[in-house]
Amino acid sequence: MFSKIMVPVDLAHAARLDKALQMASDLAHLYQAEVVFVGVTTSQPSSVAHNPQEFAAKLDSFATEQADKRRITASGHAVVSHDPAVDLEATLIEACNNIGAGLIVMASHVPSVRDYLFHAHGGRVAEKAPVSVLVVRET
Amino acid sequence: MADESTNQGIPAPEGEADIIDTDYEIGQDNIETQIGPIGVDIHNPVFPVSGFVIVAFVFYALALPDQAATFFNWLRPAVTSTFDWFFFGAADLFVLFCLFLIVSPWGKVRLGGNEATPDYSYIGWFAMLFAAGMGIGLMFYGVSEPMSHFSSSFGGTAVPEGGGARTDWAPLGAAAGDQAEAVRLGMAATIFHWGLHPWAIYAIVALALALFTYNKGLPLTIRSAFYPIFGERVWGWVGHIIDILAVYATLFGLATSLGFGATQANAGLHELFGVPTGATTEVILISVITVIALISVMRGLDGGVKVLSEINMGLAFLLLIFVLIAGPTAVILSGFASSLMAYIEYLPALSNPVGREDVNFSQGWTAFYWAWWISWSPFVGMFIARVSRGRTVREFVICVLLIPSLVCVLWMSVFGGTAIHQVLSDGFTGAQDAALELKLFKMLGELPLAGITSFVGIVLVVVFFVTSSDSGSLVIDTITAGGKVDAPVPQRVFWCIFEGAVAIVLLLGGGLGALQAMVISTGLPFTVVLLLMCWAIFRGLLTEAR
Repeated sequence: MFSKIMVPVDLAHAARLDKALQMASDLAHLYQAEVVFVGVTTSQPSSVAHNPQEFAAKLDSFATEQADKRRITASGHAVVSHDPAVDLEATLIEACNNIGAGLIVMASHVPSVRDYLFHAHGGRVAEKAPVSVLVVRET
Repeated sequence: MADESTNQGIPAPEGEADIIDTDYEIGQDNIETQIGPIGVDIHNPVFPVSGFVIVAFVFYALALPDQAATFFNWLRPAVTSTFDWFFFGAADLFVLFCLFLIVSPWGKVRLGGNEATPDYSYIGWFAMLFAAGMGIGLMFYGVSEPMSHFSSSFGGTAVPEGGGARTDWAPLGAAAGDQAEAVRLGMAATIFHWGLHPWAIYAIVALALALFTYNKGLPLTIRSAFYPIFGERVWGWVGHIIDILAVYATLFGLATSLGFGATQANAGLHELFGVPTGATTEVILISVITVIALISVMRGLDGGVKVLSEINMGLAFLLLIFVLIAGPTAVILSGFASSLMAYIEYLPALSNPVGREDVNFSQGWTAFYWAWWISWSPFVGMFIARVSRGRTVREFVICVLLIPSLVCVLWMSVFGGTAIHQVLSDGFTGAQDAALELKLFKMLGELPLAGITSFVGIVLVVVFFVTSSDSGSLVIDTITAGGKVDAPVPQRVFWCIFEGAVAIVLLLGGGLGALQAMVISTGLPFTVVLLLMCWAIFRGLLTEAR
């Protein structure tokens, strides 16, 4: 049903993603699909990496680690955004189109009052993405 | 298994990187928490101390307005008259250093690694160079400054009876009674204040930050440029103070400009459309500009400030072409060449730091301008750095120093040249006699389609204010988030509203002038900061792959 499953990951908070990663892995086994971990970074240094190259390398190691741990086929796909605080959703949807993923599995926080002002990333991606989106609540 | 070839977002290896090996991790001093429904990620102590110091100074200006006004209005001229030689010498050095970088072998160094590709196209990049600080100034001073220097030059020098310092404001030795020479000197003096020197000041800060961010892997914040000087101590209080000072100068610079800008825009709207003048209209104007800036801030760098900057560049270009065609075209075109030649001819004398006889001009105009540009440089420089990845040092300096300087020469030649021509040929003194904020509109009023061009002029003024406020909020947010450019959006919203609120409070309570004088005084410590940055750039470039 899906040949590629896209999983957006925030490498700075990878520990919080466990449920979404497990869900993606289960679906990957079920549909014999490849998991593509998408990480969005900036041109400027961040807490994760000094530059986009280093970020891409770290994302690839993350993908390798997950592939070994969960016995799935996985790869990393790093994308540079000029202003991820605002453009994250648009960047993810563009990445989804470029990858050709058939499903997005995405971790998201529990909705609260702030979502009226500043959208939750998962909700916005689900609203705009051209493919099915599974939003996984982490709490 | 992982497959590196799928990393299409980062297409090619970006070349050797000379990352500085530091134990500091970006965001390690940050407080990441939830305040009510809002998530925050702020640097401790830069965010709280900056906020506290700004609020404290606003209270000081409001509680003791006379004392604050007396002190800061003494301090600003004291700084520019006592240290004029220092401002002149430093600004000259910045220009020479930039020109040296163009021809030096380090010109080949690419920001972001020797295979890095530019983040923005030339159009988007150029538009954003003017968005932060220069655009609004060109609108207000494009007509007025050439005229002031022309008039004072034409009037000649004046020495009080019994000798002493000259009392006139003419540049250099003036050009008493010589109309053609007064025009040349007036244009040269104006271009001097808007050409190579200010752009060199911005280029130094921008290049230092870009180099240490993209090539050395340090956070995008002012303190990073000081790593070669202070080493690991830059992450302690030395760095905190540098960053806090930058936030402070940026926020007060923007808030006071916004406050004065609202007063000027109000006067312009009154003249053109009969809009009532007064605090209510001014507060509405600041609020409208802040709301548009807020929308732009929430749309992000590409969807907000970049789009607005490109629209404004297009509009400004159309207005320029219109004035060129509808105005005295032949005079303007020959004036452009003659102004450029006059600038080159007078540049050594105008930039001479010592033994000046034109004390009023050199201290009251030039040293004031240098302090002003330097106090704005952390803000403008950091914004330019943010959008300049992927350029070589040579390309960067040519595009940030030479091309904007030429644009300023063209702008001043067209707007100032037309206004001066109106006085000399048509005897129209409307623009000459009008208040600063109306000079542009009076000049446009003498040309066809005045209603449309005046409206375009007002849109340009408003949008340049918006892009200043927007880019300023992004810069302050990044500094107060410890160099994180992806801090939560509510933080930049906070700084944008805070800036508008400070402007309104100072406008209503008084104190705009005092705090603006104080901001300009920060040009003195920042001159030292910029000189150290030159050294840091040199040290940083030495280890880069060419």
